[in-house]
Amino acid sequence: MENLGLIFAPLFSYKLLIVLFFGTIFGLILGVLPGLGPTTGGALILPFTMTLDPLSAIVLLTAIYCAGTYGGAITAILINTPGTPAAAATCLDGYPLAQKGEAGRALGMATVSSVIGGIASVIVLIFFAPLLANLAYEFGQPEYFALAIFGLTMLASIGEGSPIKNLIAGAFGILISTVGKDFMTSIDRFTFGINELTEGIGFIPVVVGLFAISEMLTQSTLINQIFNRVALKAVKLPSIDDYKKTWKTIIRSSGIGSFIGVLPAEGGTVASLIGYAEAKRWSKKPEDFGKGSIEGIAGAEAANNAATGGAMVPTLALGIPGSATTAVILTGLIIHGVRPGPDLFREQPEFLYGIFGSMLIANILFFVLGFFGAKIFARITLVPNKLLWPMIFAVSVCGTYSLNQSIIDVWLMLLFGVIGFFMRRYGFSVVPVIIGLILGELVEGTLRQSLVIFDGNWLMFLQRPIALTFFVLSLIALSFPLIKRKKKNDKV
Amino acid sequence: MNDVHNEKGTNKSLSLFFKSSFIVSAVIILISSILLYFTFTFDIVPPILNRGIQPATFPKALLILIIALTLLTYFISLKNPWKNEKKLPNSFYITLLSFVVFITVSKFLDFFLGIALLSIIVSYFWGERRVAYLIIVSIIFPLIVFVFFETILGLRFPPGIITNLYYR
Repeated sequence: MENLGLIFAPLFSYKLLIVLFFGTIFGLILGVLPGLGPTTGGALILPFTMTLDPLSAIVLLTAIYCAGTYGGAITAILINTPGTPAAAATCLDGYPLAQKGEAGRALGMATVSSVIGGIASVIVLIFFAPLLANLAYEFGQPEYFALAIFGLTMLASIGEGSPIKNLIAGAFGILISTVGKDFMTSIDRFTFGINELTEGIGFIPVVVGLFAISEMLTQSTLINQIFNRVALKAVKLPSIDDYKKTWKTIIRSSGIGSFIGVLPAEGGTVASLIGYAEAKRWSKKPEDFGKGSIEGIAGAEAANNAATGGAMVPTLALGIPGSATTAVILTGLIIHGVRPGPDLFREQPEFLYGIFGSMLIANILFFVLGFFGAKIFARITLVPNKLLWPMIFAVSVCGTYSLNQSIIDVWLMLLFGVIGFFMRRYGFSVVPVIIGLILGELVEGTLRQSLVIFDGNWLMFLQRPIALTFFVLSLIALSFPLIKRKKKNDKV
Repeated sequence: MNDVHNEKGTNKSLSLFFKSSFIVSAVIILISSILLYFTFTFDIVPPILNRGIQPATFPKALLILIIALTLLTYFISLKNPWKNEKKLPNSFYITLLSFVVFITVSKFLDFFLGIALLSIIVSYFWGERRVAYLIIVSIIFPLIVFVFFETILGLRFPPGIITNLYYR
């Protein structure tokens, strides 16, 4: 707690403030453009961060994350298309309210609830991340293995879509991480005689392929789609009456979002859906939901932005990403030579608290920029896809090539683009692939090292209380979708 | 009557093979099986040097898990069918083809030319007909990206007929 004062350090660094400003603007642009978003944008900007020092690089990525999550609401409200998946629930009431001529009021509520959710989650991050890091000092290899397994099972149980498909996607992600030289024995695996593959498959080609290129292919199937755009005069601050109606919803959704964010899953997307459902459940007028309810907008937006800080908790404290975007941020940390985990809290508090402070400032910045600039950002959606996507392709190709200067990375990016397109077409989420890829080395490494410690006796895992707890939680997480399905069937 | 019944039964069982759940599951299982076969070709660490498990064990376990879960998904889909996907439009196949053009041109001619060609194909077939915009998308923008990466990040692009002119 003695480090709390360090939170305000970014305010006194003009360099960090400039990075934050541009990161917020870039995040808003990415959030507004359907199909892009903070994950793809973060992955595309990673090579550029090499020109920055580690703190500035991570501050840039986190600013994109916070602002990008909010930016999705602008498109959701004005053109009924979520700019990011996390804004899908915002469409349900945002667009109907905009159609009633109250686009400014809808955006005002989205902006205020996003900021409150975002700031609440950063406060959770500031207090909870050091506690979790302290706890992690007790962790050995078996505990980390059990934790990673718990993370993957959570992904299946609370992620979007079919839990089994999520598990398949997660296993596929881990499988990708096994390509290359085995780190313990230096034996080649799945390299097929290609020299470049001995180093393994990089994170960037997979992320850019699964998100940007697969989205380009998806957009190619929608070229005749016409958006109905609602005109926006100005963003309006919510009235006293609106605050009275929504303050409980905002607080509840901020809590839900922060909690969901901490769990490794699709962070904001799941949080906003739960936040929205809970807002409806507790509302005095649930019948208004779907017809332009201001509570619906507040519930979804507070939750999805609250997930940003929550998802940073395991990322920084344990090195386990809480969402796809934090997986990109984690890669950014590793590229810049920063190893997240308990030691980071002890050795570089100024770095961590710099990130916390920057996230707080980013939330305030996107409030100001969103409030006064939403009209301008909304115009970005007027750039036609036939011009936008070829440009994104050029940046994707050069960005992917730049990290290792490897043409194989570009081919892999295209391959994962095609795989990602078909995965999404047939109901497989691509997020578990990313998390699986990031966790893959941890899962295999800790499993093998644990077996060395246990002399090959698998049952020894059960003699470690923390590991056993995570395994039990994993079983509960896996059985959760079955219980949910049974309850649903019983109701029917 | 019996014949009609048999014919209907045959059609029903045949239609199963054309369902997306069957095709997707079959593709996943086929690829996983091929990869599983490759895991048996991995080198084996002698017992004296082996720490923990063999390098092939973990990928093998993952592939078996993927096959088992895919089979489970398929059997569930028999009860709860997947939603029918719309047929893919020509613009999708053209975009996919443009990837092939990009790979071929960038491998044998020039990386930059590959990006320019892909951009012009995609932009044109997605509906852009204005020449000025096609030039912006296919030449001016990639050129800006190229110069930016080259100067700011100090990136050296692979040699090619156009890139060589720049580096000369």
